[in-house]
Amino acid sequence: MVPEESKFTKDHEWVFVEDEIATIGISDYATGELGDIVYVELPEVDTEVQQLDPIGTIEAVKTVAELFSPVSGTIVEINDAIMEDPETVNSSPFGDGWFIKIRMDDPGELDALFSYTEYQEFLGEQAE
Amino acid sequence: MSRTIFEKGIGGKSGNYLPTGDFNVDTIEGIRTRKGPVGLPEIGEQDIIRHYVELASKNYHIDKGMYPLGSCTMKYNPVVNEEIAGLDGFGGLHPEQDDDDVQGALELMYSLESALCEICGMSAFSLQPVAGAHGEMTGMMVAKDYFRSRGEERKTVIVPDSAHGTNPASVVICGFEPKVMASDEHGLIDPEILAAQIGDDTAVLMLTLPNTLGLFEKEIARIVEIVHEAGALIYMDGANMNALLGIVQPGAIGIDIMHLNLHKTFATPHGGGGPGSGPVGVREHLADFLPVPRVVMEDGKYRRVYESKNSIGRVHPWHGNFNVCVKAYAYICACGSEGLLAVSENAIVNANYLMKKVGQWYDIKYPGPCMHEFVASGRNLKQYDVRTTDIAKRLLDYGLHAPTVYFPLIVEEALMIEPVETEKKETLDNFADVMEKIAVEAKEDPELLHKAPLTTPVRRLDEASAARSPELCWPGLDSLGGEGD
Repeated sequence: MVPEESKFTKDHEWVFVEDEIATIGISDYATGELGDIVYVELPEVDTEVQQLDPIGTIEAVKTVAELFSPVSGTIVEINDAIMEDPETVNSSPFGDGWFIKIRMDDPGELDALFSYTEYQEFLGEQAE
Repeated sequence: MSRTIFEKGIGGKSGNYLPTGDFNVDTIEGIRTRKGPVGLPEIGEQDIIRHYVELASKNYHIDKGMYPLGSCTMKYNPVVNEEIAGLDGFGGLHPEQDDDDVQGALELMYSLESALCEICGMSAFSLQPVAGAHGEMTGMMVAKDYFRSRGEERKTVIVPDSAHGTNPASVVICGFEPKVMASDEHGLIDPEILAAQIGDDTAVLMLTLPNTLGLFEKEIARIVEIVHEAGALIYMDGANMNALLGIVQPGAIGIDIMHLNLHKTFATPHGGGGPGSGPVGVREHLADFLPVPRVVMEDGKYRRVYESKNSIGRVHPWHGNFNVCVKAYAYICACGSEGLLAVSENAIVNANYLMKKVGQWYDIKYPGPCMHEFVASGRNLKQYDVRTTDIAKRLLDYGLHAPTVYFPLIVEEALMIEPVETEKKETLDNFADVMEKIAVEAKEDPELLHKAPLTTPVRRLDEASAARSPELCWPGLDSLGGEGD
């Protein structure tokens, strides 16, 4: 994926779209905030999800966070590798540390999400 | 690191030698005998004592210093309670003794239940649950059976995001589905949001009161009304009851089910995994559903009742942690109603005093006034690359226990601080001074904080590896020749 061409949520998920398939992960800001991730729970393939549904659990040493789906659709693939080695999410949040792939129902939903630049501005505001 | 007792205990040294048996067990037909040694350490008496004294001296506990662990209420436990619980008439009982033989113990259970009912404005209490989360589970089971008895199938339980972390787990264990409800900008429940979220499918609103931000729900009357109008029940996690003694009776404001933590509010020992006690109280319409046995009084005599048509049954063997109940009852009697009110007033005064002092150096997202605890944030030190973990670890170097960190989740870099009512002003001032020193260190020497703790028996632990691949058994156990069966 390419961070600059991805969309972002205020909950720090990223979405990168290729051929109607949305790949979803969490940003490097999110992994920095969470610290060492020790456990990831993901839904089954073929699960249908609505935008903003909680679709997974991310357990870090200091906290537990939920993964919310940035888009509606059907889950077509999950990243088994991060369930085996959750540290991959810390080491490569935009690469091998992706979470799930969803076949989108409505690509129009992406319009409501942040662009890369908007997300960087959002992070700047949060820091103040 | 100290060597374990198993490592020290290899070598055939022992303080005691068991006599050789004078009969041959092999002659007993069908008997199963152990194939190998038991695998217990063998060590002399003096070395055993030195081993455990060494461990105790490395440990941190409430008898060593302040323990401001938010929501855990680590307060002083009067020693006299131990003496009372150790009296033969309490400590030497067997739970199967006849009612006639244990009238004093039954009277204590009956009187403790009455006292808890009066303190909380509830109709009945069960003393059986042995921990706070166990109380939550019991309360959810009561709710489940209550709706079942009415022929209603309600599936969801609304849990505010300011509730204790165990609440959603208790909900799931009892077959309900938790729905998280967001707090408003003041950290409180917004009745409008509740009204929009509640419905025919809602069984219970499960709230923590005061909540984990140390705030009392200002709209509690309206909240209770909305829940009852929807035909649902309202459950109160009463772990923070040390803020409300003599001030608020939960039953009187419409709470249907609640639990108490005797090991927090009523000064029985807490920590190290127990034993705790989490009595569950209910209003009249739910009393039949409580676990059995219950203690009743008839014609001046106490007896245990094991049958109740609607009871959820037992949630623990015998009568829960009876000796913990003895200590709690001793505490309640010693305090009296005025003393209990003073407990809560002092808990609130201490927390607000400390919040003002700590707030000079750390962010306070919800500035209160608070009840028994408050939540500070280390986010203002992030600019120096210092996180709340570093602050917590550095506190250990100053001989203090760290507060609860990173909880509640709605406060970034949270430090949840509960000074409790039993700490004096000088102790609070010392804690605040140390927090100030750490804030200054964060700015001047962040690397020092990254390395902390520097003075403890073990340095910073690798928590990530411990969580990712925990080793829960001492790897040398096999070498002792012990057998699993």
